[in-house]
Amino acid sequence: MSAPLIELRSVSRVYGEGESEVRALDGIDLTITEGQFVSVMGASGSGKSTCMNVIGCLDLPTSGSYFFRGVALEHLDQDKLALFRRHYLGFVFQGFNLLARTNALENVELPLVYRRVGASERRRRALRALHDVGLQGRERHTPAELSGGQQQRVAIARAIVTEPSLLLADEPTGNLDSVKKDEIMTLLANLNKDRGITILMVTHEPDLATYGTRVVTFRDGRILADTSTEAYRASLPPPSAPTSAPGP
Amino acid sequence: MFFLTLVMALREVRRNTLRSILTGLGIVIGVAAVILMVNLGQSATAKVTADIRNFGNNMLTVIPGAQRRGVTSEQASLFTREDADAVKKQIPNALHVAPASSRGALVVFGNKNYSTSVQGSTLEFFAIRSLAIGRGRLFTETEIATGVPSCVLGTTVVKELFGAQDPLGAIIRVGKVNCKVIGVLVAKGQSTFGQDQDDFLVMPLVTFQRRLAGSNDVGAIYVSAVSEAVTERVKRQLVDLMRERRHIVPGQADDFSVMDMKEFTATLGTITGALTALLGAIASVSLLVGGIGIMNIMLVSVTERTREIGIRMAIGARAHEVLLQFLVEAVILSTMGGIIGMVLGLGGSYLAANGLGMPFVFDPIILGVAFGFSATVGIAFGYFPARRAARLKPIDALRHE
Repeated sequence: MSAPLIELRSVSRVYGEGESEVRALDGIDLTITEGQFVSVMGASGSGKSTCMNVIGCLDLPTSGSYFFRGVALEHLDQDKLALFRRHYLGFVFQGFNLLARTNALENVELPLVYRRVGASERRRRALRALHDVGLQGRERHTPAELSGGQQQRVAIARAIVTEPSLLLADEPTGNLDSVKKDEIMTLLANLNKDRGITILMVTHEPDLATYGTRVVTFRDGRILADTSTEAYRASLPPPSAPTSAPGP
Repeated sequence: MFFLTLVMALREVRRNTLRSILTGLGIVIGVAAVILMVNLGQSATAKVTADIRNFGNNMLTVIPGAQRRGVTSEQASLFTREDADAVKKQIPNALHVAPASSRGALVVFGNKNYSTSVQGSTLEFFAIRSLAIGRGRLFTETEIATGVPSCVLGTTVVKELFGAQDPLGAIIRVGKVNCKVIGVLVAKGQSTFGQDQDDFLVMPLVTFQRRLAGSNDVGAIYVSAVSEAVTERVKRQLVDLMRERRHIVPGQADDFSVMDMKEFTATLGTITGALTALLGAIASVSLLVGGIGIMNIMLVSVTERTREIGIRMAIGARAHEVLLQFLVEAVILSTMGGIIGMVLGLGGSYLAANGLGMPFVFDPIILGVAFGFSATVGIAFGYFPARRAARLKPIDALRHE
């Protein structure tokens, strides 16, 4: 494992031009190695989501280089990027983004369909993934028939069913109550610990960042801090005090 | 790959039942309406043509008086039986020639009376006008020549005078003439224009002239040509002959007219053609409305579909894979809708044609046109919004509101 999993070199993402120009990412350098569980922190508009979209190839950087296991991705066309996502990435979104009127099993099978996995193998793996996220017995339920937490579990099952090299989670608990939050976070932490899946999670809640192994904090399109979880936890104010943006 | 796409597309069709039904319905209505309207128009045309055949094909009618721009010129003299004989003798292509006179008369039997049209003619009249005897018998040549007081009735006259009674052998009074009923014609029913074709009776021309009219005039001469191909020539020969017999010098206008059923047919053909075109135009509007319906449903679902495309692309679908799926989906919906529409349209026009007593006409061209148009609309509006969505960056498609 000579090259790191992800390496960003002075990556910028600029929206608009001239007066209205917004530098959502302003020359980011970031390296993520296999097996890490990275929490990306920051206020809204800090560039954390843009960073994740660029890493997930859902958005393209305006400038800079992006290496995945040492391979440059920034010159690939949309089709190649789609194949890259298909074979290496898994996504969990804040809004779940499940296919409506489609049952849990079919939603989880979808990435395998695009990977040309045969029908019986597809079913077996999808059922196992749903079992792994604790949704056995709900395979035939459509998103409308599932609670928010259950829908996010379906989304996680869909992301891990392909055993991706990198799992990207954008505010995975943003729409959930605190009990459900804890369940989902434990699930993600266990996936990282037990299966060694590298996870990049975007959140704006400091206590969620503590589930990971590393915390990267964004402000105004730049990386403000990059520490281990232990160091981050130490920098947090005591639990009784109201939690606001972490101090520098 | 294609099989997988087909399976995915079928799943989508099944999943979005309401949208699928609404889209399909637009196509069903459009296709069915066009086929129904145009087929009915063509059925009506066929019916009119058949009616004219029924009335007497290859028939030419010579009547006194020039008919120019719908105005009959000054009093023209009528014909005589000799005119008819001359036609028979001098125009070999005239298969049947029948001198005929007619007038309205009150017909009385017992305590019932009825006003109808009385035709005085010869045996050939029946052949030219395609009239057949249903019950009883026709006149004999001798009866025609001597002018016996006998008559053959149309079914309407029978119904009005006799009801359920047997008319054969009864003596009825026609005007001031007592007349024996010897036969009843086969009913012809209503013509295309609602005219009762069974409301008349026929007696020998001699009887008509002597007893009813009191003159030897002949009101019209019916001629049937040996074939449709020679009607034009027979018509010209009739004009020449009549000009000669009526002493019309060159340069002077005819004081008679020869009417050709073929011209009549052509005129009617133009009318029914216009009718078909009108129905077709109305149907095209319904096709257009159906198309707009399809378009609306497809465009309304663009937001949801754009997000779906975003999800699929985030998961690793390439743009062309998603597009192929949407295309197949649109083709399935359009094809199924089109087939149902064709079945409904054909079934509907078959039933309607039967109900209206018209022949059923099957026109494959209109099937193709209707189907092609709806399928094009369905596919285009299913495909193009999807193509636009697939060209977005995945993140923009996902965030589409």
